[in-house]
Amino acid sequence: MAAMGRYVGRRLVEIVPVFFGVLLIVFVIAHLTPGDPVLIALGEHATPEAIDRLRAELDLDEPLPLQFITYMGRVMRGDLGRSIQNNERVIVELGTRFPATIELTFAAMLVASVVGILTGIVAAARQNSWFDGASMFVALFGFSMPIFWLGIMLILLFAWYLGWFPISGRLDYTIELTRLTNFYLVDALLSGTWKALGDALRHLVLPAVTLSTVALAIIARMTRSSLLEVLRQDYVRTARAKGLGEVRVISRHALKNAFIPVVTVIGLNVGSLLGGAILTETIFAWPGVGRLVVDAIFARDYPIVQGAVLVIALVFVVVNLLVDLSYAYLDPRIRYG
Amino acid sequence: MDEQALRLQHPAVIRPSVGFYTDVWRRLRRNRAAMAGLAVIVLFAGLAAFAPVVAPQDPIVQDLEARLLPPSMTHLLGTDDLGRDLLSRIIYGGRVSLTLGMVSVGLALVTGTLLGLVAGFYGRWADSLTMRTMDIMLAFPATLLAIFIVGIRGPGLNNAMLAIGVINIPIFARIMRGSVLRVRQEDFVEAARALGASPRRLLGRHILPNTLAPIIVQTTLAIGAAILEAAGLSFLGLGAQAPTPEWGAMLSHTREFLRDAPWAATFPGIAILLTVVGFNLLGDGLRDALDPRLRQ
Repeated sequence: MAAMGRYVGRRLVEIVPVFFGVLLIVFVIAHLTPGDPVLIALGEHATPEAIDRLRAELDLDEPLPLQFITYMGRVMRGDLGRSIQNNERVIVELGTRFPATIELTFAAMLVASVVGILTGIVAAARQNSWFDGASMFVALFGFSMPIFWLGIMLILLFAWYLGWFPISGRLDYTIELTRLTNFYLVDALLSGTWKALGDALRHLVLPAVTLSTVALAIIARMTRSSLLEVLRQDYVRTARAKGLGEVRVISRHALKNAFIPVVTVIGLNVGSLLGGAILTETIFAWPGVGRLVVDAIFARDYPIVQGAVLVIALVFVVVNLLVDLSYAYLDPRIRYG
Repeated sequence: MDEQALRLQHPAVIRPSVGFYTDVWRRLRRNRAAMAGLAVIVLFAGLAAFAPVVAPQDPIVQDLEARLLPPSMTHLLGTDDLGRDLLSRIIYGGRVSLTLGMVSVGLALVTGTLLGLVAGFYGRWADSLTMRTMDIMLAFPATLLAIFIVGIRGPGLNNAMLAIGVINIPIFARIMRGSVLRVRQEDFVEAARALGASPRRLLGRHILPNTLAPIIVQTTLAIGAAILEAAGLSFLGLGAQAPTPEWGAMLSHTREFLRDAPWAATFPGIAILLTVVGFNLLGDGLRDALDPRLRQ
């Protein structure tokens, strides 16, 4: 356990420079804005005094390195600036939108992991069967899929032609729900509003399935190849030789070792899910951070864009840390290495 | 025994020497999936290259009499809300999408390979500085970083290419650095160094040619992924702008009349899907052909 503690400590220290690096990249890219951000914010007819005032307020009259230090200080205090459109604090705006994105991403990850791992296991256990061939063929198309197109096709089929699921949004506007956490599923459970729970779930199905597709395909392929690799090893042959059934060989002996690369792939895909969420939220009018970013880009609301990118990237860094830690838990060689 | 007799006795030994890449091509040709992928790519690339000849109609000229027509003999894939022939738009759209994919990956290939080469060969601070920067770039979800760059620089094809190029740089740099570190240890590099080869000669003549296999595979896979990313950006309105026919932009536009003309949203998506599947199949095949030991 001490080894695990040391490992956690080391990884936590290593994450600090990454945090600074992420801040620096966001800062640098944000300064690539063509044109003057002050003029963009105030419009062409602003008075010179107003321009100077905002320039000083945003510290744009300082040299770049100094601006970065000020920016870093602000971010540490949770100050990401204010929206140009409605003067709301960026951090507050993100706070109200983030639960929707997390709910969607989490649901997609759940679908991708459960279905992906099960498909991979069955495909590996029945190598070269029709199921193996068919599932890997589908997986090839799955990870080549433009998910925005898949979303449109799912809407067409399941929302319009069959009418099974709603076309867009998170909740029917006729349903009342006390918003405590802004995680609608959690709110519905907390307040015991079963109707809202059912409706929120129905709204979640199509976006979650759309977003899960690419990750699901990758997880299925990785689980299959990783399990096949493990099943060839000597200790598995020993387990079979002592008369264990195939189900027990796979579930008790092979799976834990096969899971290590699978966990990595799941972790890495959180990034692609957070990116994919931007597209998915646009298709399904899902009021999350992704749509906020896209809307802010067209409104040239740079503080929102910058803040959202920063927060999503930092979430991704933390998720990667958690993946590394679970990796060390699964494979003792890593924490002692 | 004279020389003639010797040659006749061992005909199998006298095999024409073939180069590495001839051998790779022979292995690749036997891989049916990879060949199918290559065929799809050649088909779309051919259609794109000869678009003015193959496309039945102009992709931009509107015909308001022929709005939202379903697929028929005159319009094989139907028309959109402005009466433009969808088949022609998809054929011309291939030009934009394939160019986007190749230019952006080309940018990443050149920059990333150079960075990886320098980092792997010179080591020390050059390595630390380059690779830590790459690590931090990888700390961003790729799509998010691309959207951020285009969002700040402004929507348009050039900025989309730039953004997709940038997000691919770290991948190439990492692969290249790994290969250089491996090859640098080989005896033939040591021998060349001992013979007094300059760093440039070592890199260009001895190290680079022996590190290309994984780069070739990555380039193929990355073009497919870049086409997907580019279509995503255009779908959000950040890439190709109207009236340029681009697959992602076409999808975004056709969403508004999805119910009346589902075909208009169906075919551009199939074009993207098939092209990307093509590049993925070819990439997987190349991986097997370039390194037969990896094959299971």
